[in-house]
Amino acid sequence: MPENTEKFGGLWVIIEQRHGKVVKVSLELLGEARALADTARSNVTAFLIGEDVAAIAEELIWQGADRVIIAEHTICRYYRTEVYTDIICAQAKKDKPEIILFGATCMGRDLAPRVSARLKTGCMSDCTKLAIDSGHLVATKPFFGRDLMTDIVCPVKRPQIATIRPGVIELTDPNRSRKGETLSYDIRLREDDIKVKVAGILNERSNNLPLEQAEKVVAGGMGVGSKEGFEMLKELAGLLGAELGATNLPVDEGWVSEEFKIGQTGKTIRPKLYIGCGVSGAIQHSAGMIGSEFIVAINKDPNADIFKLADYGILGDVNEVIPAIIKELRRQKGLA
Amino acid sequence: MDIIVCIKQVPDSYDISWDKSTGSLSRQSTGAILNPIDKNTLEAALTLREERGGFITAISMGPDQAEEVLREALGMGIDKAILLSDKVFAGADTLATSYALSCAIKKINRFDMVICGKESYDGVTGHVGPQLAEFLDLPQLTNSTEIAVKKNKVLVKQKIEDGYRLLEASFPVLITVGKNINQPRIPSMEDIMDAYREKMIDIWRGEDLNSNTEGFGLNGSPTKSQSVYVKKLEKGSAEILKGEPDVTAKRLVEILKEKGLL
Repeated sequence: MPENTEKFGGLWVIIEQRHGKVVKVSLELLGEARALADTARSNVTAFLIGEDVAAIAEELIWQGADRVIIAEHTICRYYRTEVYTDIICAQAKKDKPEIILFGATCMGRDLAPRVSARLKTGCMSDCTKLAIDSGHLVATKPFFGRDLMTDIVCPVKRPQIATIRPGVIELTDPNRSRKGETLSYDIRLREDDIKVKVAGILNERSNNLPLEQAEKVVAGGMGVGSKEGFEMLKELAGLLGAELGATNLPVDEGWVSEEFKIGQTGKTIRPKLYIGCGVSGAIQHSAGMIGSEFIVAINKDPNADIFKLADYGILGDVNEVIPAIIKELRRQKGLA
Repeated sequence: MDIIVCIKQVPDSYDISWDKSTGSLSRQSTGAILNPIDKNTLEAALTLREERGGFITAISMGPDQAEEVLREALGMGIDKAILLSDKVFAGADTLATSYALSCAIKKINRFDMVICGKESYDGVTGHVGPQLAEFLDLPQLTNSTEIAVKKNKVLVKQKIEDGYRLLEASFPVLITVGKNINQPRIPSMEDIMDAYREKMIDIWRGEDLNSNTEGFGLNGSPTKSQSVYVKKLEKGSAEILKGEPDVTAKRLVEILKEKGLL
């Protein structure tokens, strides 16, 4: 591939906001970009796109941005691939950032590869770790649903583009005395030229916290045995003030829906308490929960890998142990 | 309505093993299957053809053995199968793959819709749909859970974090689909036999797509996997509670209480 590493500089974080509120992964990425920029003596740009979003800029500076590019327009009310790609690529061709980071959200996974194709560069997706080595971004990601990791690089083409999973980077505290500059991007797109229209949005109102933000998670694996088994876990979760999670197979079996999936192809969590029930501890799942602070495993197989990850284990059948825990918790709460 | 479906043969990951002595992936025992989501991709195209008529072409890029997944697609009922197979395609990352697919689709020329799975089972990047859409200058409607065609418009229901969005676009368009979009049909034994005995698969080489093959394969791939290693996830030794469920449950609740986790 022809070399084009010269004259590129700076890290960009593409900010995702919903209804004027910054999505957590964007803040996580700003902290990470700050740390990478400090080691590489570079700078951080937050790229903020939306309608009436300028008020967010300050928060982005507190979180680590040296400057914020603000692209505001009614055309940006809803995320649309074409609009965001046009704005980001036009500015990238001018500014030549060395690295562009996206959260591996629905938006980031839709947008980052499109941007990479327009800029004719590489995209490294769903990374769980970033580093800079010899001037290159090294992006680590789990590989092939096994306990294998791979380090991916984009050695020649610039910018280097990566999407990073929500929850894998610890959120840094905002520094409210940080200063930075804001620039506004002049949007010249016309609504008539945009090929995709957002004809409606159906929000699924949920009283539950997103799994990634839960302080406690009760997760079930194949050992739970059935849909009814998951009802029992829900009850346990309710008593603990925890959210429900699952490994791959119960989702494939249809016992719980996709949004509960934790692991390589699901969510990454780092709660204070994780209780794995009938979870074997296969890498597909454990890669998404190893950041949990206090891990409890309940399994009838003494050789289950989950016990190697746990702080406490209970050797026993989940269908006997969980009802006993539920009974004890109800007793303590005076629910008898 | 003419539809192009991009499908992929993937290794059955349960057969993959890590060779510690050589530091490489050992694939000798690897079985190869049709990327699971691609069954849904094919089903989505077949459903649209049933509703509106048209012609379905499936394309796959891979070694000669990738012909198997195209036979499977023919067995499900698609009209034409094209295999992009050439050593110039080898070692392609997602960008080089999308580029080769885009050249093939430009060569086919006539189409209203391109459908891809939202991601492959082995790579799980989800890149090819958006990158292909860019190379073909098409609007992309990703992660679709429903597709509806109304006159000259296509509407999809796109799954996002906190619900769905309804997106509308005109043809031609590129759509990526998830597993929950439909229940793929299972071809009959007879249809599978026919797919092997009676149907033809076109093989296209690099030079059939573009006289300049620089954008293909390893040569056209900006990303490289620099190392592959085993990640040991171990915390240390857990205290294992054994005994009657009532006793262990009580002990656990005590521990959670002590830790301030109740």
